Amino acid sequence: MALIVWLGVPLLRWLLLDATWQGSSAECTARGGACWAFVAAKLRFFLFAFYPADGLWRPVVVCGLLIALLLASAMPRLWSARLVVAWPVVIGVCLALMSGLPGGSVVSSNQWGGLPITLLVWMICFTTSVPIAVLLSLARRSRMLLVRWLAIGYIELMRAIPMVAILYFATLILPMALPGSVPLDKLPRAIIMVALFWTAYVAEVVRGGLQAVPKGQEEAALALGLGYWRAMRLIVLPQALRAVVPGLVNLGIGFLLATSLLAVIGIMDILSAAKAAAADPEWLGYYKESFLVVALVYFVMGYGGSRYSLWLERRLGSSSGR
Amino acid sequence: MGSNIAATMARIGLTPGFGFLERAANFEIGESTISFRAGDSYARAIAVGVLNTAKVAVLSCILATVLGVALALMRLAGHPVLSGLVRWSIEVVRNTPLLLQLFFWIALAHALPPPRRAVVWFDCVFLTNRGVYLPSVIIAEGSWMAITAIAAILLGWLALLWRSRTRGPLASLPLGLVAILALAVVIYASGFRISLHSPAVQGFNIQGGTSLTPEFAALLVGLTVKFAAIFAEIVRAGILSVRREQWDAARALGLSEFKIVRLVVLPQALRVITPLATSCYLDVIKDSSLAVAIGYPDLMNITNTTANTTGQALEALLIVVALYLTLNLSVSAVMNVYNARVAMRGGRPA
Repeated sequence: MALIVWLGVPLLRWLLLDATWQGSSAECTARGGACWAFVAAKLRFFLFAFYPADGLWRPVVVCGLLIALLLASAMPRLWSARLVVAWPVVIGVCLALMSGLPGGSVVSSNQWGGLPITLLVWMICFTTSVPIAVLLSLARRSRMLLVRWLAIGYIELMRAIPMVAILYFATLILPMALPGSVPLDKLPRAIIMVALFWTAYVAEVVRGGLQAVPKGQEEAALALGLGYWRAMRLIVLPQALRAVVPGLVNLGIGFLLATSLLAVIGIMDILSAAKAAAADPEWLGYYKESFLVVALVYFVMGYGGSRYSLWLERRLGSSSGR
Repeated sequence: MGSNIAATMARIGLTPGFGFLERAANFEIGESTISFRAGDSYARAIAVGVLNTAKVAVLSCILATVLGVALALMRLAGHPVLSGLVRWSIEVVRNTPLLLQLFFWIALAHALPPPRRAVVWFDCVFLTNRGVYLPSVIIAEGSWMAITAIAAILLGWLALLWRSRTRGPLASLPLGLVAILALAVVIYASGFRISLHSPAVQGFNIQGGTSLTPEFAALLVGLTVKFAAIFAEIVRAGILSVRREQWDAARALGLSEFKIVRLVVLPQALRVITPLATSCYLDVIKDSSLAVAIGYPDLMNITNTTANTTGQALEALLIVVALYLTLNLSVSAVMNVYNARVAMRGGRPA
């Protein structure tokens, strides 16, 4: 109890009582508490970084679309083939909007920043890695020795190296490996490498699901005369994927936190934007407030996601009739 | 793809290959366990990086394990305020990015007061913006014989204990007494002395003791806090996986709480804990590479500098991949050996 009072009282004073809600940097320094005026003044920069001011509605709409897509996908009632189409369509629309497509000047991806980057990279990489990962996990269980060894090699290699190394690979090696006629911005290069990297992790989760499907299911499907691919598509994979949906949600939360590593190679995601905001000479050094706001954004998404995954686990479990 | 790389390297005038490792690296490294000066070879610089990574990873793993177990026990202890507090701290730490936490810790480390106004804990730990100062252990010169003798006695004692467990009982109490007596004799006879040397403020700086640089301290604290939160959840899941009936049955047999935990709960919980702990340790090794972002000279940081100064990015990254692969594979090999022992216990081969 004493510990809570000892820690809590100064914290509360700093957060609320001594805080400055409006005004300038000088007023903040005078009061000594948290400087929420800084957050208010810099909120646009936090969320959208250096995106050109005249097209600001674009990232706002993009964030709205992406969050709506996430919320829609979270409802098991809406799970259908339409969702599989909706994802690439919405993401495509978002990319077009961000680059200023219907009737604006072109905005290069180097100018994008803030929350849209975090959401876009996360959603694009995660969704592209799932289908590749399914193939990879099937390959890992394949009876063809070469295919199996290649899959194991890829998965173990990717899982053994840090994501920072992958990001450096995207910035340093990928430009060398592309033919000179294909210039590619930093962001798409990072997206390609990160998607390939996450694939290995997703593949391991999917493999867990495949192991949970009784062997009899596959044998029965084959005995019915379905070929390998149809047996997998119609019988085994639906059961396997259903079993790993909560696991995939948890992995997704981990990946969301991992997108912050984009800061290491100088991409302006929401974390780098927050750090840069506190380096503004006019509002110098309000790192605590910056980090607190960004932490709150991540926490809301991460904690919400983990509650959702628990709820989903119970719901899927109760409807399976066991 | 390979030919594109070769063509690009030829265009910017680089010869592929690892010859650059022998060349002189003209940069300084903030801290290292082996001596390094600008002008030493790149190979030596990378070795410094490997050792720095190993140093921070090993220490973080140990501290995260200890703190994680403590947190898990606090949460299971059932005191509502305590377990609620622990639960929310764990949720906050788990649901915010490690990089953000590292930025926070390094900002905190740099915001500490200068040495003369250091924050002092228990008169021997000094927190300053130049680093963290801890007491150091000083072993009097010429004690190496004694240390070897002590190590030999301890090892011998452990070996005998081991034998008694696998091949039937040897009386362990007299053995322990003999070992302690032998230790006492050796320590007394050899004049072996250990002393603690506390740091103290002298002039504008702090003298004595060992110091951790702000970057190392921030990385160590960051990794420890993040992975302690993860480890606590692993331990909790492991302990909860042991069914209630097992506790009840053990109580009915009249075992003490300590014996219940040691003989009944822990062996079963470890089956769940060990594989998860292994991947937790591997994550610590990999995530120590975030050192790049706060300027601690780890393996990733130094190879990145090497890539930038020599232009041999491909080779440098290949070295990084090979080294992380080796580190990870060796840790998982060791943990798998341990896991095989743990999983077999209880007669149910996993």
